[in-house]
Amino acid sequence: MTAPLLEVESLDAGYGPTDVLHGVSFTVGEGGITTVLGANGAGKTTLLRAVCGLIRRRGRVRFGGAAIESKATEDIVRLGLAHVPDGRGTFVQLSAEENLRVGAITRRDRKGVAADMERMYGYFPRLRERRHQQAGTLSGGEQQMLAIARALMLRPRLLVLDEPSFGLAPLIVRDIFAIMRTVNREERVGILLVEQNAKLALELADTAYLLETGRVVTGGPAAQLRDDETIRRAYLGY
Amino acid sequence: MEAFLHQILSGLATGGIYAAIALSLVMIYQATHHINFAQGEMAMFSTYLAWMMIDAGLPYWVAFAGTVALSFVLGVLIERIVIRPVEHAPVLSVVIVFIALLVILNSLAGWIFSYTIKTFPSPFTWEGSQNGYLSPHELGTIGVTLLVLAALFLFFRFTSLGLAMRAAAQNPVSSRLAGIRVGWMLALGWGLAAAIGAIAGMMIAPVVYLDPNMMAGVMLYAFAAALLGGIDNPLGAVVGGFVVGVVENLAGAYVVGTELKLTVALALIIGVLVFRPTGLFGRRYVTRV
Ligand SMILES: Nc1ncnc2c1ncn2[C@@H]1O[C@H](COP(=O)(O)OP(=O)(O)OP(=O)(O)O)[C@@H](O)[C@H]1O
Ligand SMILES: [Mg+2]
Repeated sequence: MTAPLLEVESLDAGYGPTDVLHGVSFTVGEGGITTVLGANGAGKTTLLRAVCGLIRRRGRVRFGGAAIESKATEDIVRLGLAHVPDGRGTFVQLSAEENLRVGAITRRDRKGVAADMERMYGYFPRLRERRHQQAGTLSGGEQQMLAIARALMLRPRLLVLDEPSFGLAPLIVRDIFAIMRTVNREERVGILLVEQNAKLALELADTAYLLETGRVVTGGPAAQLRDDETIRRAYLGY
Repeated sequence: MEAFLHQILSGLATGGIYAAIALSLVMIYQATHHINFAQGEMAMFSTYLAWMMIDAGLPYWVAFAGTVALSFVLGVLIERIVIRPVEHAPVLSVVIVFIALLVILNSLAGWIFSYTIKTFPSPFTWEGSQNGYLSPHELGTIGVTLLVLAALFLFFRFTSLGLAMRAAAQNPVSSRLAGIRVGWMLALGWGLAAAIGAIAGMMIAPVVYLDPNMMAGVMLYAFAAALLGGIDNPLGAVVGGFVVGVVENLAGAYVVGTELKLTVALALIIGVLVFRPTGLFGRRYVTRV
């Protein structure tokens, strides 16, 4: 078996003096999809922030074979890790197209960037219509599409998503999940997904972890969690 | 009528200088939400550097370019060394740092160059350009200001670095997640502001003469301009600068007299703060939550 794309081992992290995460370990395979599920306040957002170096953390984090636990966020991103943050992180005063340009700002291949911009407009035709509009005036769903497109403009090896379905109509959620599946299959982009919608997430992912008050309580092949009646009832509520 | 037109046009010339300084205030405000009270003293210090180079025998435009470049570097260094450590400090501490910077630069200039007033040359002294309305220096000042403004517009609108700086100013976390080195963008912003200030200083010095307190009046007008245009709006600051320049001149000529001109700036500042704190063009961005 090849080394995983992302490997997290005994990660502690938190804000200020108190830890929110306690000894969290998980992996995302090369070209794989891992989902992390858990109740509100379990520490999912915190976990993604810790991986990207946005908050204080301790433990081992390896990305594509490189140790990144003490690297700055900017440098981690430049290794090919794109993060669609909680709340979308839109640059509200920039136009939609400028938001996409910001996503590709570390890239030097102008032609590739232009081609990827077209690809994004292909994935999300709504964004093409609104590309000169100030991004703060886009609808919630459009901003979520913009956030995902912005992340993909990096040409990442790993796409990290924090509740991409949050507040969106079911049809749009379906589109967004279909696009995740596409970029994963066709570009072999690994995905680390945090989702409230456990059913959808478990259908998409190959590996799943369950987080409870900052600890991993169970983890394994997504199908296994999906089929485990007790886990489903106790933690996932469906 | 001719005199009136003259007042307006020469108001536009000084207004361009106010516009440039107001713009550098806005740039730093947008990125950090602080008003750089030391902006004027930085410009004054840069003008002394230019004076030194010209005094040493360098041609004017070589000294000009050298001063702009050196000021840029000094601006970056000031951000890295003085401002960076108080990045997350309470507002009052930051204000005190700015004021300390102001006082230090002012006394340093006085100590190195003495408080005696010096003349500063204008590069725009060609013969035969004498028309009734504007002196060659006023004409040149307007030209230089417009060039600076156009260059800045093109830089922020069309270059990757300009986009990165705008992104870093409005959303630092998302910027870091796009791989932008936000800290360096702030330092670059300081460098740019210092460079713009240097140009403004060199343009105003032939008019107000060179001494460590030369920018006191100019800064008051620039603050008025920035507030009038909306402290977070670059375009507003530029328009505000030209408006303040013209109003200052007209008021000086027809209303309060030249001695009381500065009170016009104060009245403008207070008026804006009381009646329209967001300025004429201060924008409220439409944002969904
Ligand atoms: N910026 C912060 N400062 C201090 N504590 C925080 C901060 N953000 C989150 N926390 C705390 O960390 C814990 C985990 O929060 P986190 O946002 O990671 O949960 P989550 O699993 O993402 O929840 P949700 O499903 O509601 O998004 C919570 O107890 C929360 O109070
Ligand atoms: Mg969360």
